[in-house]
This record gives sequence, structure tokens and C-alpha cells, in this order.
Amino acid sequence: MLYFSKIRIIVIVVLTIIFVYLTASNFFKFDDNLINKKINLGLDLQGGSYLLLEIDNKPVITQRLQNKLSSLRKYFKDENYKFRNLKIINNETISFELDKDFVEKFTSILENKESNINPYYQRFKTHEFNFNVENNLFNLQYSRYGLIEIKKTSLDQALEIVRRRIDEVGTNEPNILRRGSDRIIVELPGLDDPMRIKSLLGKTANLTFRFVVQNDEPSFGSEKLLFEDGSEEAIVSKRIIISGENLLDAKPKMDNQSNQTVVQFTLDRVGAKRFGKATLSGVGKRLAIVLDGKIISAPIVRDAIVGGSGIITGDFTFQSATDLALLLRSGALPAPLNIIEERTVGPDLGQDSINSGILALVIGFFLVIFFMLFKYRIFGLIANIALITNLFLLVGILTLFEATLTLPGIAGIILTVGMAVDANVLIFERIKEEIKTEKNNILAFDSGYNRSKTAIIDANITTLISAIILFFLGSGPIKGFSITLGVGIFTTLFSVYFIARLLTSLYVTRNKNKESLI
Amino acid sequence: MEDYKFNFNKYFKLFNIFSISLVIISIILLIFKGLNFGIDFKGGTLIELRSIDNQTTISQIRQSFLNMNLGDVTVKEFGKNNDFLIKFEATEEESKPGTITIKRDLIGEIKIMLTRDIGPTFEFRRVEKVGPKVSVELLKSGIIAIGLSLAAMLIYIWIRFEWQFSIGAILALFHDVLLTLGFFSLFSLEINLSIVAAVLTIVGYSMNDTVVIFDRVRENLKKFSDITIFDLTNISINETLSRTIITSVTTLLALVSIYIFGGEILKGFSLAMILGVIFGTYSSIYIANPTLILLNVSQKTILKDDND
Repeated sequence: MLYFSKIRIIVIVVLTIIFVYLTASNFFKFDDNLINKKINLGLDLQGGSYLLLEIDNKPVITQRLQNKLSSLRKYFKDENYKFRNLKIINNETISFELDKDFVEKFTSILENKESNINPYYQRFKTHEFNFNVENNLFNLQYSRYGLIEIKKTSLDQALEIVRRRIDEVGTNEPNILRRGSDRIIVELPGLDDPMRIKSLLGKTANLTFRFVVQNDEPSFGSEKLLFEDGSEEAIVSKRIIISGENLLDAKPKMDNQSNQTVVQFTLDRVGAKRFGKATLSGVGKRLAIVLDGKIISAPIVRDAIVGGSGIITGDFTFQSATDLALLLRSGALPAPLNIIEERTVGPDLGQDSINSGILALVIGFFLVIFFMLFKYRIFGLIANIALITNLFLLVGILTLFEATLTLPGIAGIILTVGMAVDANVLIFERIKEEIKTEKNNILAFDSGYNRSKTAIIDANITTLISAIILFFLGSGPIKGFSITLGVGIFTTLFSVYFIARLLTSLYVTRNKNKESLI
Repeated sequence: MEDYKFNFNKYFKLFNIFSISLVIISIILLIFKGLNFGIDFKGGTLIELRSIDNQTTISQIRQSFLNMNLGDVTVKEFGKNNDFLIKFEATEEESKPGTITIKRDLIGEIKIMLTRDIGPTFEFRRVEKVGPKVSVELLKSGIIAIGLSLAAMLIYIWIRFEWQFSIGAILALFHDVLLTLGFFSLFSLEINLSIVAAVLTIVGYSMNDTVVIFDRVRENLKKFSDITIFDLTNISINETLSRTIITSVTTLLALVSIYIFGGEILKGFSLAMILGVIFGTYSSIYIANPTLILLNVSQKTILKDDND
């Protein structure tokens, strides 16, 4: 165990130098571009905001069921089916009755893998809808994978819209990730007040232009909507003239005549045509501009607007007009997003955490070092050199993989310092025992290393198991802890079996005839 | 060079009674007093507030928050005397005027109210909001993590040693985890995500300590056939005692350093770890090893396994 070949020594030294260099590159700027890597600081250390968003897919499912209902109705009419009671039950089941003659035919259409009525997903080996037939009553429900498809599509869209909105605000290196089937993680480093982002993400931004109808009571084709300030109500037609999808651009503007802030928009070709036609026929009527079910304003149409651009008036400040324009430019979310978890750390708390973390590390480190020196003298020095190398290796590996360092992560490093000496202690204590029976120092050291091996490996694997479980089940900062703890085990074993053993071997072979070596 | 020759096992019955009573007390505490779950597991909002001019008192803040009707609000000093920690259950409440749901900007409103009541001389250093759905999930994954790590340790020891060792180790683990949680319950200390991390690390550490002694027990079992398990465990504990003490001391040095200098956020974590290391060291000697005695482990236990 004490023999080292020259090549091995060179490899160990080179590896150590590389990791020392990697660690140092976090603290000093090197101009060589050799290694352009740095440890990422977690949000708890650099300050910033973490938001967990969940998509509320209910409206999407409702919408999709309604679309399906319409296309079924159209299909039945086109194909001259006799059908009754076509309706949606509980927002999850489409139900209808067919005349006896059509039951078999339609069942085979629903089972047909080529038909568009009930699309077949090749990779899931299942249809979009599950169905059952009782006599002539059909019930259609989304299959598990049908729902997964819906969720996936709406998550994809939402992710894109969230990204666009956040990019428009222009925060520093945002991190936007999907999580599970209906969640999005948004990490915003350096942001200490996420209020604006939250209010931007909290809006679906479904914009529609619709005429106000003059009736007093809402009828089949209209609905009663509140103004945004909650002051008034108006009855608005359900017929949509143009929607946010027709918008090419939107920006805030000062209106010269009224001296108010307005949002100016530009429509695409289809939208411009439709808008021109509607405003031409609707001169004198009030046109409601509806955002997420609330009326922003409902100005009276004075002239036909044919140029494909217009303005939205409202009770805007410059900030709110800017935000509305941003929302309209980036598009509507497929479904509302709820913020179900939020963690924000101010930059000065982050800095305080770094300072106290490093202070604790330095003090813990020196306490352990002095204790080891006091306890083992020359071998304490060897263990300490191994410990210092261990720290460099640990930080170096974190740098190499550009891992995220969190406050619990720093605690993990400190804990590693405390626990790392264990392996050397096990070895030294074993050597002391061996020396009692074996007078040859080299043989005693050799068997000391050999006989302590199983205990060291067992002891480290148990800690590694904890770290791995934490890595997979922990979140955010805790994950940072599991990473440093886990990586720390490997660097500890390296520093003990290569660095400390090499130094021990050099020392022992030179002093092999000395009495009471350890 | 020390040679320890303590007769640990002389007292093992006494210490077992002591341990069992502590475990029972812990279980009673956990059942009847429960744990003081933080917002991670209970849901709610946490605000760390710093008074910039040092003039704000805790009662002013408490009064201001009481006026806001947020339900159960706790305000306490946090670390330095101008930092405060405020916790309440409400998160992003949705009020429903008419038919439209409006999301309240709770934090924005609180800032306005506080400015009115205590002036603008404060800042929010940290805001955490955990919705009810997320807190349930976090609690669930925390419990799964602890359960899973206990199971993994059980299996690992079973593979590396014999089932008797496995039982001893797992009893020691339960002892350490229960006592640590019992301590947190007794003093109503907050249980949050970092405490789960601490408990898992305790599981790893306690195991580590137990394994080293077990390793020696097994080695000695192979070496001596004429020594009873009672004396054999005692010899093994003594032989490894020096290592047990040194490793506990260095680990505790690191942890105490985190506890004192690592800032308020790591206080709970490091305290749990300190307790865990102390309990873990004790339980390796007085829970894990007596189990081997009670299960009457002998050389046969080992050799039978080797012949397989």
C-alpha cells in the first residue's frame, strides 16, 4: 500500500495542480481563457427570485371539448347522421345519442386509426378519446394520453410566452424551465422585487374587440362584463371581431390630442380587413376592448378604421401602458398561470450569507486543522495537507461542472471538512494498533492501510446514500447541499488514498527505523 | 497513545432503559405536541424584515401586521436586533368581487401598510411564499426521503453484514432520528426543508459511526472464538473509541462553527446536526452493540455466512 510508481506520483501532482488552478479561477481573473468556468451562485447567495408557476388547464380542456363538440356536430350534419342530446357533461364528457342504424358505423369510425374524429397517437398506442356505448348513447372522455397531449401542448405554449414576456422585461440571465407536466420554474437572479414580473405572468392577456350591445339583460349571444376599475358593467356581444392573435405589434404612446397615454397597435392583413369592415358598419356603436374578461375601455366608433392600426385608450399610466403593450406583443397564454411557490432573497442578505458562510468555513477549517495537529503532530500535518487538497478538489470539481453553490451547499463543504479527516483517523488509529504487534514500521503502516479499508468504504457509502437520496428528492438550496456532500466523499477518498498516502509513504520510508513513529 | 479499557457494557442495561425512555418521551411529544412546521411544510408567507434606522420595535411591527387582518401572524426577532421574521398563513389570497377573481399583490399591500405604520425605514431581505399544494408535496417528499434513506441503510448493512447487524443499525438510526425530532418538538423549533436535509445527513453519519464499530466486531468475531459477544463488543468499542472520539470532535467543531458563525438561516440545520452527531455517537455504542448481544451474535453467525 505504501509503494507509488513515478508515473502515479506525476499523475497525482498534475491532477492536484489542475484542481487548485480551477478553484483559484473563481477568485482571480486569469487572462488565458484556458478554463472559462465558474461556480454558479444559487439564488440564496446572489439574491434573486424563484417562482414556481402552475398552469390551470381547466379552461383549455373546456375549450378543447367545445371545439370537439362543434366538429362532431358538423360531422354529423355533413354525413347525415341522426343525433340527439349532443352535450358536455361535467366539463369532461361529451355525450350524445345516435339513431340505431348509425351506432355500429360510428363506433368503427371512433376505433379507426386513420380517422380524424378520434386521432390515434402512434407512440402511446392509444386514441385521443376513450369511449363507451350503451345502446345508442355514446360517452367520450379524454384518454390519459389525450390529456397528457393537451397538457404538453399548453405547457409548451406557456413556456414560450413566459420566456417572451420575461425577455421583454430584460432581466439578467433568467432561467426558465419546465417541471413535470404542468409547471414552470422561473429563476430571476438579481431581482429583489418580482412584483412586475409576477403581475405580467399573472395575466393570460386574452385580448378581444367586441361590440357593446344595447340590451339590458345578457341574452344567448352576449354576456355581462365588468370594467377593469370595477366601476361599471356593460353587456358585450360574444362575437369576436378581432383578437390578440391578429396583432402584429403594440407599443405605448402619448396621444397628442388628449394628452393621455395610449397603446398603439398594428394589425395583420386578416385582422385589418375584419376590423375595417366591422368599424365601417358599426359607426356610432361602442366597441369594447376586453382583456381577460374585463373591459379596458369601450370607446364609440367615430369612423371606419381601415389602415390596420389603432389605439387602445384607457386609464393608463405610462408603466401600465408599457406593460399592456408588452403583454399584447408577447401573445396570450393558453391558460392562466398560478404562482404556487415564491422565494425571493435580497442581494444584501445574499452577500451576508456568503460572508457568514465563508467565515464559518474558515473558522471550522482552522479548528479542525489545529485539532489534528495537536492530536497527530507530523501525521496531523499530512492529514491537513490532504484536507486542504480535498477542499481544492471539491471546489475545483464544482467549478468544472459549473455547479450551483447554495448556502446549505457551503454548510456541506464545512461538514465535509469535519468528516473528511475521519478516513485518515481510521487509518492512523489502525496503524497505531498494528505497530503494537509489528515492529517493522513499513509493514505496520501497510497493514494499517489495508485493514482500515473496509471500514472506510462502508462509512463513506452510507453518507453517499444519504447524499444521493437528497439530490433526487431535495429542491433548490438543499440540492446544493447534497451535491457538495456527495462530491466531498469522492474528493475525500482521493485526498486520503493518494495525497495523504503518498506523503505518509515518503515520510515512513525515510524514517523507517525510528521508534514510535506515530 | 491511549489504550481505552472502559467497561461500556457494564452499564448497557441502564443506558438502554434511559434510551428507551427518551425515545418514548420523544414519541409522546411528537404525537401530542407535534412539530412546529415552517412554511415549507405548512404553507404560508415568511418575510425577513430589516429595520434600517434601528428604531422600529417588535411591538410596532406586530401591531401593524395585526391591523392587516392576515390571520395568525407571528413576529419574532431574528439574529441581530434590527432583523425581524414575520410569518403568517395567507399566501396569494384571491378575493372575489362580483364574478371576477382578482389576485391580490399581498407583498405590495403589506409594504404600503408598513410604510404607513412604521415609516419607510425598512427593507424586505427575504420573502418566501409556499402555496398549500406545494407544501403538501414538500412534506410528502421529505417523509419519502427519510423513509427511503432508512430503508437504503437497512439494505446496505444487510448486504455487507448479517441481519442481526442490520437490526442493530436500524434501531440506532430510529433512536437518533426520533430523539432529534423529539428535541425539536420539545423546544418548538422550526422544521423546514433544511432540517430534513440535516436528518438525512444524521442518518448517514450515525450509520457511518455504527458501521466502523460493527466492522471491528466482525473482525474480532473471526479472530476470537472463545470470547462472549458481551466482552467482544466491549473490546471492539474500546479499540475504535479513539477514532470515534476524534471524528465526533472534528465533525462537531465544523458544526459548531456553522452554528455560531454561519448566520441565522443555518442555525436550525446545524443544531439538528449537532444533536444528531451526539445521539449518533452514543447510539452506536449503547443501541447498536447491545442489539448484537441481545440477538446473541456469535462466530457462527459470521462463518455461516462465509460458507454460503
